[in-house]
Amino acid sequence: MATEVETSVRPRSTPRRMLDQTLVRHLAIALAAGLALYLLSQSLSAFDNLQLATMAYYFVAVAGLTVLTGLNGQISLGHGALMAIGAYTAAKLLEGPAWPLALVLVVSTVVTAVAGVLAGAAAARLRGPYLAGATLALAVGLPSIADKFPGFLGAANGISVTPPIPPGSLGATFPLERWQAWITCLAAVIVYVLLANLVRSRFGRSFRAVRDSEVAAELAGLHVARTQVLAFVVSAACAGLAGGLFVVVTQLAAPGAFPLALSVALLTGVILGGLGSLMGAVWGAAALVLIPTWSDDLSKSLSLSTNVQANLALAVYGVVLIAVMLAAPGGLQAAVDRAAGAVTGALRTSNRSRGSGPRLEEEKET
Amino acid sequence: MRLSTRPLAAAIALAALAGPLGACGSDSGGGGGGASAPGVTKTQITLGGHFPLTGPAAPGYSEIPQAIDAYFKSVNAAGGVNGRKLKFISRDDGYNPANTVKVTKQLVLQDKVFGLLGGLGTPTHSKVVDFLNASRVPDLFVASGCLCWDEPGKHPWTFGWQPDYYVEGKVLGQHIAQQFKGKKVAYFLQNDDFGDDGAKGLDKFVPAAQVVTRQTYEPGNTDIGPQMAKIKASGAEVIASFSIPAYTALVKLAGVKLNYDPTLVVSNVGSDPTTLTGLLKSFSKGKAGGSLIEGIVSDTYLPPTGDTSNSWIKLFKGIHDKYIPKLPWDGNVLYGMSLAYTFVQALDKAGANPTRQGIVDALEAGGLKGPGLVPFRFSKDSHAGYTGVQVGTIKDGNLAVTGKPLTSDDADAPNEPYTQTQPEAPANGIPGGS
Repeated sequence: MATEVETSVRPRSTPRRMLDQTLVRHLAIALAAGLALYLLSQSLSAFDNLQLATMAYYFVAVAGLTVLTGLNGQISLGHGALMAIGAYTAAKLLEGPAWPLALVLVVSTVVTAVAGVLAGAAAARLRGPYLAGATLALAVGLPSIADKFPGFLGAANGISVTPPIPPGSLGATFPLERWQAWITCLAAVIVYVLLANLVRSRFGRSFRAVRDSEVAAELAGLHVARTQVLAFVVSAACAGLAGGLFVVVTQLAAPGAFPLALSVALLTGVILGGLGSLMGAVWGAAALVLIPTWSDDLSKSLSLSTNVQANLALAVYGVVLIAVMLAAPGGLQAAVDRAAGAVTGALRTSNRSRGSGPRLEEEKET
Repeated sequence: MRLSTRPLAAAIALAALAGPLGACGSDSGGGGGGASAPGVTKTQITLGGHFPLTGPAAPGYSEIPQAIDAYFKSVNAAGGVNGRKLKFISRDDGYNPANTVKVTKQLVLQDKVFGLLGGLGTPTHSKVVDFLNASRVPDLFVASGCLCWDEPGKHPWTFGWQPDYYVEGKVLGQHIAQQFKGKKVAYFLQNDDFGDDGAKGLDKFVPAAQVVTRQTYEPGNTDIGPQMAKIKASGAEVIASFSIPAYTALVKLAGVKLNYDPTLVVSNVGSDPTTLTGLLKSFSKGKAGGSLIEGIVSDTYLPPTGDTSNSWIKLFKGIHDKYIPKLPWDGNVLYGMSLAYTFVQALDKAGANPTRQGIVDALEAGGLKGPGLVPFRFSKDSHAGYTGVQVGTIKDGNLAVTGKPLTSDDADAPNEPYTQTQPEAPANGIPGGS
């Protein structure tokens, strides 16, 4: 473990070798994560598999948003609406001829990416609160478009689709919820690999350069607006895929499923996990799914009146958010990094049987 | 290097993720010995439902699960049904269909309920009907008047309860055609199945020439100024409204602003006097109140909450005062208790060891006599609830019913007066007298 941390700090000799190493490393992590998720899904109950699937599509959306906000410095309050585009595309396609699910998901990703080009082009001209305001308008306005086309988009009632049927080769009793978890987790792992490579590539560096100083980035020869639009498109594509996966899990696309609260929740996930961190997006997605469930169970176990109970869950959710932000201002991933650093530091200390010197060094490093 | 993805961190994250999830998965649910069906033990039957306990749809509607629970508690205090206590789990979906899917699966897969009772809302519940029927979970008495719950061929496990909006529209339409002959009528409709089904019913009786304008509103957008301006410009003397309580109140307030006071004819779901008075007070910051709702024409299929001589009102008001005295005594509480009563009656008929199929058979056998003013339509071929409504006018904060209850069907049949008297409530409050 200690050597791993050291290699990531040590400078690489040639760019070619570094790219190879990065790709191999991300694929290895993805493989390990995939295996862990497979084993996890085998041991979980039906409802918990559903929670896992929900986490997976939240991860896809939160990871896309963390690239946009954390790496490129653009804030978006409209990602719930972009998810709606992906979800409606997937629902319309699943309603019609029997397309393979993978193709449906790819198409909803592409359609949302195209919408992302439009939104991104507008977003690249706006800064700070103006950008937040514009994307907020997207979140508020877009889902109600469904009301204007009751025949095509089903108005307030939305569109319902049939659930994905697990292939017969898995056996007749294979639970649907596990199949949904597999589909969404596979998509989440693929998105992880793609994004992890993207942020370590030339594009990732230009995203960061534009975030840190637009003037400096422009002087360095970067096209600022184009970089910002590209970041928005990548992020929108993720939101679109998340929307498609949402349909896989819930079998519905309806305006009520994409309220402003969803867009805000995605941003909450980004910040809770750690701005700009893909591993943080895992934490953020887990928090978005588990905290409401836990706080709900907690308030239910307290035998209070129904009105207090229902609202206590929201209050507990808020308290947890505040507590996390106070305890780990850099997000959960920063806290995990610090804990991991402390553990490796302590290991090194005991190996060398010395005092607390190295731990101080670790502190400084992070 | 914020994005460095250290394997150690990844491993810790996954392990931490797996821990709590695994812990959740190991709970055993509500099985146990002596079970004739999921959610049934020797001593208890667990039921669940999804309701808007938070969010914009919560005011009023959040009382329904508490009323169901209160009635169950009163039954439990008297020994339960065939020795089994009734447990009711209400989960909050905030009227968001995505949450409805989540909490319904939680109720069925994790809480292992015997069945759903009173799942609330059309856009919400329509997203879980397929799941419940595929899982063969009784989906009883959906709290919505959509025609779509009455599809025994496609959804054999789903049953409605309240009269559907089409039947309600037919009865209100006939009332308008008879009482407001030749007057100009405007429709004010919620822009979904609720408004659509209601308007179809109205159109069966209100002559097309009399209808001067049809306006719709989107739930969530509280600015109905443009629609009301158009209705006023059309010169309508009567507004027929299929709206939820908040929008009924907004119509009244917009009328005050425009100095325009036509007769308002409102669907049952949007006309509870207590809820409306509260909404008017809160919307106008205390300037308006109960006096505005006087004269609203509406309908009911349950005895009016203010009819204290009625045996059902006496029974349910007593349970309300004992178990949920902090809630207002209003139509929502009456609704929840009446619905719970109907369920207990069906459960009693399903025998000493109820099964999921057993309760469906008991309902399809018919013969339930509940708090309603009209009979149920339940049979092998129909999973629709109450067959009709009685028209009334709000006087002194209560609905004063007139004439006879009218029953109808979901096709072209005329509205027939229902002449049998309402059955008396059982003395101990429990159907079957057990």
